[in-house]
Amino acid sequence: MLRKFSHFLVLLAVMVFIMFLMWGFTGHDFMNLGNFQSMAYQMPELGVLSLAMMIAMLTSGINLSIIATANLSGIVIALILTTYLSPDAVGGSTFWVIVIAILAGLIVSALVGALNGFLIAVLEISPILATLGTMIMISGISIVLTEGYVISGFPTAMLAIGNGDLLGIPIPILVFLGCAVIMSVILNNTPLGTRIYLLGSNPIACFYSGVDNRSVLFRTYIISGLYSGVAAVIMISRFNSAKADYGESYLLLTVLAAVLGGVSAAGGFGRVSGLFLSLVILQMISSGLNLMGISNFLTLALWGIVLIFVMVVNYFIENQQQGRRIA
Amino acid sequence: MKKLLTRHETYVFLAIVVFSIIITSINPSFFTIENLFDLLKSYSLMGTFAIGMLFVLISGGIDISFTATATITGYVVAVLLLKYGEGLNILSVFLIAGGIGILLGLFNAVIIYFFKIPSIITTIATLNIYYGILTVVSKGKWLYGFPTWFGDFNNIRVFTLYTADGNPYGLSIITVIWFALILIGWFILRYTILGRSIYAMGGNPASAQRAGFNLLGLNLFVYSFMGLMAGIGSVIQALLVQTVAPNSLVGKEMDVIAAVVLGGASLTGGTGTMLGTILGVTLIAIMGNGLTLMHVSSLWYKVIIGFVILVSVGVSAYRSKRSTRKHIITEVN
Repeated sequence: MLRKFSHFLVLLAVMVFIMFLMWGFTGHDFMNLGNFQSMAYQMPELGVLSLAMMIAMLTSGINLSIIATANLSGIVIALILTTYLSPDAVGGSTFWVIVIAILAGLIVSALVGALNGFLIAVLEISPILATLGTMIMISGISIVLTEGYVISGFPTAMLAIGNGDLLGIPIPILVFLGCAVIMSVILNNTPLGTRIYLLGSNPIACFYSGVDNRSVLFRTYIISGLYSGVAAVIMISRFNSAKADYGESYLLLTVLAAVLGGVSAAGGFGRVSGLFLSLVILQMISSGLNLMGISNFLTLALWGIVLIFVMVVNYFIENQQQGRRIA
Repeated sequence: MKKLLTRHETYVFLAIVVFSIIITSINPSFFTIENLFDLLKSYSLMGTFAIGMLFVLISGGIDISFTATATITGYVVAVLLLKYGEGLNILSVFLIAGGIGILLGLFNAVIIYFFKIPSIITTIATLNIYYGILTVVSKGKWLYGFPTWFGDFNNIRVFTLYTADGNPYGLSIITVIWFALILIGWFILRYTILGRSIYAMGGNPASAQRAGFNLLGLNLFVYSFMGLMAGIGSVIQALLVQTVAPNSLVGKEMDVIAAVVLGGASLTGGTGTMLGTILGVTLIAIMGNGLTLMHVSSLWYKVIIGFVILVSVGVSAYRSKRSTRKHIITEVN
């Protein structure tokens, strides 16, 4: 209990520290409602994708295909919207077309998840390889569907999902919070969640406890795919367009966010609350550096350093705890 | 014969033969010596990276950062060429690039070994550190206009033939360099204690350590060898296109991993051969080249590569599952 809690507290302290650091460097530019609002618009895409990565990592797997999945389902939504609606369409039927388009996108992402699940659970291909293969194939399908072009021009009702607000709170952050709560409930309050943690920490023990490992893995990757689909909805709505290679740099960031948030790369450990804090930390670093006018690429390098730093600190903490247990 | 059927390489080879027959029947210009030499030259880059990747995969690790390493070594070499162009020769260029590559590889190995951070996470991080810093320092500028001797080296052919209309073609020196690296890699893996130890470590690190293998040394070797190949590859890339761009290599790491995996190397370590890797690179090469020659839109390239990878890893997973007859999923990493 103390261990789980201490990681959370460390993250909380880091978050507060970085907030004051950025405040000190950029002054009022950082500490104002406008900046926090713009952060709340930027975080959700990465946030939902990180949840998709997290659940795969909890089973000691990985899902390299989340970005490709998100792009494919974004393209499917975009194709339906641009085929049946003009950008200035309004009214009841518009609403239903959007709902159907989004549902179609989510179904596509769940299907990709099911394909991953089949490859990993039934054929027993290692998750890195299986999702590497689907990543390449799915992004290939996206390229074929779009011929490499950008699809744009959605009705305003669609754009509201990524750019609108409800009582001053940006809608995308509400979507993200919803996704985070659902993920937290799945992991902590359902049999599936318990089995995911068990499978991640010891697949053999899990199997002999009477758990159907295949079904757990299969469902894990479907959920991971579905979350990629939700990220797609936010992403295409924010960009007002869909393309085969949007957001490719997010792949590293989702792993980084998950590991920083305390998700073990070996599986079995990690909580949504930790992931949430790590996302806030990453977003504050990125916004703060951006306000200071520092190159995006330097931010990229910095994130890499942060990732290694966190892993090294984790290593020492674990070492110390193991030492104590033996003594 | 029976032994042949159990080997992954046999199936990759059959796939190559089948693809070649299909492509040739649609466009006979595929099966010409000229096209073969062209392919051998243009895929020397991927082939060189693949040699390093094979070593890392056999050792049980993975290295995503080699494209960033190659970007750095290529850029340093390009800057030196532009500044002291006439004072350098091809050997010194390879030495400089290889040396820097080795250093960057050692850095990966140290982090992976001492802090027990999974190699995929370490190298994802170093990829971004190397690439981010280089892009900031270089400001994303393209470098070109290298000394003439550097351009001339690219055109050296070991022997020259002529097409019907008088165009010269032949076996490029770059292909020869690649072949030499293959031979060295093959020799190390097959006939040296070092090579066998890498297999041992990849197969089971705990047993290898108890059997007295020096895991630190092996890790240092494997990742610095990958760095060396990245450095040599970057010079090959500079020779081939006579331009060094900071963004030309990063993003292609998965293609190389895919080629090596197609050749039968497993991500869990301990398996993989040089022959399989060459066949994997060949399969990717003739598919890319064949699609062009068959006038299939290049849009389909990724779909087909992805599909072939899935079929390949699926078949080998199915075969290993049948041979072990284990009913539990013990291999989730």
